[in-house]
Amino acid sequence: MRLLNASGCLDALAAPETARDLDAFVSKTVTPLPREGNRPVRIAETELGMLNAIGLANPGVDAFVAGHLPRLAELGVPIWVSVGGFATADYVAVAEPLADRPEVEALELNLSCPNVDEVPENVGEVVAAVRAVSAKPLYAKLSPAVPDVAETAHAAETAGADGLSLVNTIRGLALDERTLRPVLDRGSGGLSGPALRPIALAAVHACRRATDLPIVGMGGVATGRHALELLAAGATDVAIGTALFSDPGAPSRIRSELSAELAARGFVSPDNVIGAGHEPEAPTLDRSSRVEPEKYLHSGANMAG
Amino acid sequence: MLRREARRVAALEPVGPYTLLSVDRGGLEPGVPGQFFMLEAPGRVLPRPMSVCLARPDELAFLIDPVGPGTRALCGLEPGDELGLVGPLGNGFRLDVERPLLVGGGIGVAPLPFLSESLDRPPALLGFRSAWHAEAAALVPNAEVVLEPAYVTEAMSSGHDVLACGPEPMLEAVRRLAPQAQLAWEAPMACGYGACYGCAVEIDGELKRLCVEGPVLAAA
Repeated sequence: MRLLNASGCLDALAAPETARDLDAFVSKTVTPLPREGNRPVRIAETELGMLNAIGLANPGVDAFVAGHLPRLAELGVPIWVSVGGFATADYVAVAEPLADRPEVEALELNLSCPNVDEVPENVGEVVAAVRAVSAKPLYAKLSPAVPDVAETAHAAETAGADGLSLVNTIRGLALDERTLRPVLDRGSGGLSGPALRPIALAAVHACRRATDLPIVGMGGVATGRHALELLAAGATDVAIGTALFSDPGAPSRIRSELSAELAARGFVSPDNVIGAGHEPEAPTLDRSSRVEPEKYLHSGANMAG
Repeated sequence: MLRREARRVAALEPVGPYTLLSVDRGGLEPGVPGQFFMLEAPGRVLPRPMSVCLARPDELAFLIDPVGPGTRALCGLEPGDELGLVGPLGNGFRLDVERPLLVGGGIGVAPLPFLSESLDRPPALLGFRSAWHAEAAALVPNAEVVLEPAYVTEAMSSGHDVLACGPEPMLEAVRRLAPQAQLAWEAPMACGYGACYGCAVEIDGELKRLCVEGPVLAAA
């Protein structure tokens, strides 16, 4: 199991210590051309989450490769680049210049940003087009706001995806209590935080039944218990999003909470709990081979699937 | 190093409509006046940015206006409760000024008591909506109070290095009178440390993160 950040929820250059606590840092989504993002107001808190409509603000792929990537590489953390766009050609235009960059460990295809007007229609088409220009591991980041996310996952797998990132935010709206007008300048935004957690669990659970691809589970993870549940639902890795905003130390805290959760249940490693939620009975406790969980968690590099 | 710290709430004192929330300092650095902390509001998803109002040897204090669910939750804390906080964050006021004049409006008075102590209690000009709100002026030494319908800009004399915090229309008016002023701005923030890109404001014609570039910006 690896611990990552959800794309757009951490600037590794602004918070390098937080980034170094992760097993891989996922960049904010990069598009072919620079984007300033949406006008403020861009964020709003709701009862059980937050809405954001940042609008894929980023320097564009050329400036990212020339300016950001070398500085990110200095952190010594594996770099995943989130790739975004508005047409299949956009994803290719971002993935191509990254294909031979040794600093980049993997690409995450943001196929589901709720904050832009044009979204790609065909997940399989985008994955196949990027597959044709890049040998990097490709993770398809999917929206849970579809009738059958497992079907989308299957399409991504068939097109050549190496993994899934589940889930992106889901569209929501907040109204100002005084004016009854939308708080966000754009109107609606992407809902994240605690409200997203059961939705993420359902998507991970459904996709684990449909595919053997590695799954980065994310959506409302704020404690080790939350990470444990995503693993049990079938995630092989876990990403932290909104919880980073209130706690820059969340990665190390969640890691040690997860260690304690696993130890309390007799699991030797987080990898032993992956998919446990699909088994008919409680998994057998393997106490004889228990190792110190904290140490094992920090080894980090083993990926199931 | 960014780290969430937990501290004991020492006191909550009403100051007009506002609440002065004091926490045990316990090794926390107050930073520079104008810098802020993210305070965890009980029961809420996101923390709230609050500038340091007072930096006493053993306590830090924040002046809070209970205008929404987060600020109301903070004002509902009780002495002895634990408060999670991260800071100091952002860029504060430059203190290398010769003839400082502090200008504040409403809850924008919040960073001025700490700023006043750091600058040897210079004159201050504070504008409020009512005499009740103006009770907060007692926190700032050498303060002259202006009540609506009069505005602080009507009482500002020239020849000062202006350091101001207040509502946007006040800051815009101060900027017109004092192009060299240092102005502390406000924006909704989710994180306060550059992660969320939520607090974008237009700076020099570009959208930039207020938490990283500010919250104190040069007026010009």
